[in-house]
This record gives sequence, structure tokens and C-alpha cells, in this order.
Amino acid sequence: MSERIARSFAKAKAEGRGAFVAYLTMGCPTLSQSEQAVDALIAGGADIIELGVPFSDPFADGGVIRSAAYTALSQGVTLDKVLATAKRLRDRHPDTAFVLFTYYNLVFSKGLGEFAAEAADAGIDAVLAVDLPLEERDELLDALKPYGIGYVPLIAPNTPIERVVESARGIENSFLYVITVKGITGARSELPPDLTGRLDAIRAAVKLPIAAGFGISTKEQAETVSMHADGFVVGSALVKRLSAEGKIEGELLV
Amino acid sequence: MKPNGHFGPYGGQYVAETLMAPLAELAEAYGQAKRDGAFQREYHEILRDYVGRESPLTVCRRLSESLGGARIVLKREDLNHTGAHKVNNTVGQALLAKRMGKKRLIAETGAGMHGVATATVAALLGMPCDVYMGAIDIKRQAPNVERMRLLGARVIAVEEGSATLKDAMNEALRDWVANCDDTFYVIGTVAGPYPYPEMVRDFQRVIGDEARRQCLEKFGRLPDQAIACVGGGSNAMGLFAGFLDDREVKLVGVEAGGKGLATGEHAASINGGRLGVLHGAKTMLLQTDAGNIIDTYSVSAGLDYPGVGPEHCYLHDSGRAEYSVICDDEAIDAFDRLCRCEGIIPALESSHALAEAIKRAPALPKEAILLVNLSGRGDKDMENIIAYKKAHGRA
Repeated sequence: MSERIARSFAKAKAEGRGAFVAYLTMGCPTLSQSEQAVDALIAGGADIIELGVPFSDPFADGGVIRSAAYTALSQGVTLDKVLATAKRLRDRHPDTAFVLFTYYNLVFSKGLGEFAAEAADAGIDAVLAVDLPLEERDELLDALKPYGIGYVPLIAPNTPIERVVESARGIENSFLYVITVKGITGARSELPPDLTGRLDAIRAAVKLPIAAGFGISTKEQAETVSMHADGFVVGSALVKRLSAEGKIEGELLV
Repeated sequence: MKPNGHFGPYGGQYVAETLMAPLAELAEAYGQAKRDGAFQREYHEILRDYVGRESPLTVCRRLSESLGGARIVLKREDLNHTGAHKVNNTVGQALLAKRMGKKRLIAETGAGMHGVATATVAALLGMPCDVYMGAIDIKRQAPNVERMRLLGARVIAVEEGSATLKDAMNEALRDWVANCDDTFYVIGTVAGPYPYPEMVRDFQRVIGDEARRQCLEKFGRLPDQAIACVGGGSNAMGLFAGFLDDREVKLVGVEAGGKGLATGEHAASINGGRLGVLHGAKTMLLQTDAGNIIDTYSVSAGLDYPGVGPEHCYLHDSGRAEYSVICDDEAIDAFDRLCRCEGIIPALESSHALAEAIKRAPALPKEAILLVNLSGRGDKDMENIIAYKKAHGRA
């Protein structure tokens, strides 16, 4: 079983910072530009990369990531192509953790067994399906387990603590993705005032590392969140930059 | 049904984690309302005094004679206030919203009938209402957009994706995720995450319960077949619910075949789709090999949805119901026949169910009864029918 995720969090902790989890929708502006951008993110200090698979009906996403998904789909980007890209990235970056970030239908429709085998071959460390809550996740977990692929549970602002504990149960070599706001993905100028208390409560309740995401786009937000979580996720801000400039270079966060 | 609303392998709650708490709150509140006599009384009073129930059964004498077989009998949901069955469900959900202390209603709509029915009850109960509608549907269903606005609702155009019903539902879900504390999402069909498929069926079962009693009163027996069109499938589920335990009554759902299954331009999820997950439920879906959702096509906007209620998939697998396909041209023929033989202008959606009955009637004996759910009236379809006939060289 791969331990890249656990090692990524441990390394960041040892360096006295939160792990930087970076999300990109693969295939926007093009798949090869996404691939190069992942190289740049890793060079720029990202610890864990979330490879977003474009879906026709991205109902959990804000405008930036939706628009990226439509761009990617219009170029024929599919789960298979993202996995092929992941495999090349894995060859170049043997130590970086890769999380496949997807809507459930894409992997379900492929066939869970076949998907798990191909994800393992591509060097995927964990899968996150945005529309697969605790009650429905067992069939995917069962398919991933023989390959040692982890699963990233989502925790929402209105998830009761008992349910947080339940969501973490049986999950290894992964982390909890804590959603900071009720709503869809996208940068926000202010994070909710009760967020830090909420992160403390979750961290006290589970052993898995926790990473906070949705709405985080600045260095200052990342530093604030890192005082109360093991990592932070930046998504829309990076997707927006890559969509506009075609590449990612320089500081990842400002 | 298993916990969390599974019908066999179908159904469930495939939603973002943020919606799990509001869905649990909804399931709990609905469970209580269902058992609460006062809630049920208020619901049925509004159906009687405001919607105009019960809706009659109409025997199609001239149409049946011209076919020379079974009697075709219509359940007249077209005579409801707002002109379709949709209002049965929106009355129930809006009362529930009020009971839960929610301040605002949102809805998705395709043809606009569910949007109108939601805007109507929002006005009745004094609640603000936002309706999401695909930009393409807004163009092809302009009169319904005006109706919603007159009723005080805001109609929000959804420009992205295929700009039709599924995209409207995506946008409604995004709204609900952000505003679930004070907003009630009124879903228009037996799809979506648990408890919606079950709740919408329950609010629509008044169709089947009434029709069953009316058949017994009028004919002294049950119908041989109960036939209804299926997009998401709420009018069909409502009709079927009244007859599920009557094994001798054949249940027939009719999907929209558009230009024909072979062309790929249709909306027949059970007959032409495969298992997938969309909008909160595991169900039969029209999708690409890669698992992306396909744009559907039907002359009838109300059947133009790439999925179908999970309970229909279950009834299909179990053999309790069968699902056939009617194409655009057959539906238009049935529409014309009902107009001219019976003086009733049916919705294009309901014309699909009628077309199936017209196909089946000649081979059946005269005593046989085909009960067709006439789920809506056709006034909203005038422009589309004229355009269709023009394009296909039919007067």
C-alpha cells in the first residue's frame, strides 16, 4: 500500500507548515498544459496533487471549475485519458501523492473493478468522489482496497462530529477533506468565522490528517487554516490562473 | 425498500456531503407529516378546494369505436388547476416546507409545468420562489415562463451545459447546497436523492388511488392495463402506486422515443440507457461510454430528461411494470386523434401514453379497459406542434 499521502502530511508537519494540496481540472486549457502545470505545481512546493476529471454535470462546482470541465470535455478529455496522464506524471514524480478527484458516475460507469485496476496501474494513491457519501461508498472502497488505493471522505460544515468519526472509520493512508463553507467550489474573500473552531473539533476527533478546502486562494488564508488543520486545498484559484495564462509559474500563492 | 431509499440496486443518496444533513432533516420531517392526520387533511383539502380534485375519468367513446377494440379511458389530470398532475406534488412539498419553517422555495423545470405548479403554490402560501430553467427550454416554452413571472416567481435562465432540464437541476442543487438552512428544494419528479422518489410518488399516488376507486364505481372492475408516459416518471408512478398490489392490472410506462432509438436522438433511459449515477440516485441513464451524460431529444420537452426515477427501474427489473417506446410521429398522431375524436387537447407528454393505448386497443376485446393517464393539457404545446407539422410537411 502506498504511503505517499501519510508521508506528505508528515513531511509538511516536520517542516512546521500545512501540506499544500493543489487541485487542477485535467484538460483545461489542454491536457498537455495540465500535465506541465502539475510539474510546475510540484516544483513550486505542492505536496499532494488532486487530478480533477471533467464531468458533463458538475453540480458541486463553482463557475471556474465548471467552465474548465466544459473546456476539457470539448476536447474529448475522459477518465481514461486522465489516467494515462497520471501514469506519465507518476513516472516523473515517484514521491508525490496523487488523488483522483471525480464525480462518481465516471468511475461507476467504467466498472469499479476495472477502474481500480487502471487507477492502481496509473499510480493513483487515493480517490475522492464528490457525490459519494458515507452511506453509498462501500462498493467503491471494496473495489479500491485490493489495490491499496485510499479514499478521501468529504466533511461538510453541517456534518455532525459523530458522522465525522464514522466517515474516518476504516480509512487509511488518506486524509479528511473538510469543506470550509456551505456551497460550491470557488475562491472567497473571507472564510467563515467559526471555521477554526470547527477544524480544531474535527482534528481532536480523528487520527487521520485533515485538509481544509473550498474558498482558499491566498497565502494568508492558507497560513490561517494551517494553524488548525494539517493541510489546505487550493483549487479554483489555480484553475483560473492556468485557464487565463496557459501555464503556472512563479509563486503558487500570493 | 432498503434504508436510504434503495429500490433494489437503484436509488440512494448520491449527493455532496453538505446535502446529507438537509436530506436527513427532510426525510425525518416527511416521515412525521406522512403520519400526521392534520397534515394529510390540509393537503387533501387544498387538492379538493384549490386544485379541483377529484379529476374525472372520461371514456373515449369515438376514439375507442374507431379502433374497434378495448375501451380507452382517460384519467383527467389535465383538468387540474395549472393544467397538469404536477400540482399534486408541489402542494404537498410546499406544505411540508412551511411545516419545516423554510422561507423560500426553489425548483427546476423543463417544459415549465413543474415550475408553474411550484410558482402557483408559492403564491398560495406566500413564499418567494426561484425557478431554474434551461435557456433552450425558456425559448421553446415561452408561455410558461410568462405564467411563472405573473405568479411572482423569478425564472433564472441556465445557459451552460446543454441548457435544458438536467442543467437546471444542477443549478438548483448548487443553490440548495449554499442555502439549505432556509430553502426548500421542490423536485418535480420521482428522481433525485432519497426521500424525493418516495415522497413525490406518495404525493402523486392520489392519481392512482382515485382512478382505482373510480374504475370500480364506473365499471365494477379494475382496468386491464394502466398506461402513463415516463420522463422522470412522476405521473406514471402516481398512477401505478394505486394498482401495484392488483397483479391482474398490467402497468405500462411509455418512454419518449424521439426520432427512434436507433438514431440516438431520444429520451428513453430504461430502453436505451445503462446504469449510472446522476442527481442523487443510481438509475438508468443516457450516457456516453466515458460516463458523461448525453443530451436527450424528444418533441415533448417534459420527457426530455436523461435519467428516470429509480423505482421505475426496479419495477422494470421485477417485471411488475413494462416500459415501451413511442416516437415523436406516433405521439403527434395520437395528439391529433384525441383532439378530433374527443374534443380534448392533450399535452405532448401524455400523447405518448395515449399512442401506446391506441397501438394496443385493436388487438384487445371490447370489454377490456385501457386506463391512460392524461397527465396534462396541450395548450402549452401549440407552437411546437405547429412547428413540428410544418417541418414534417403535415397539415
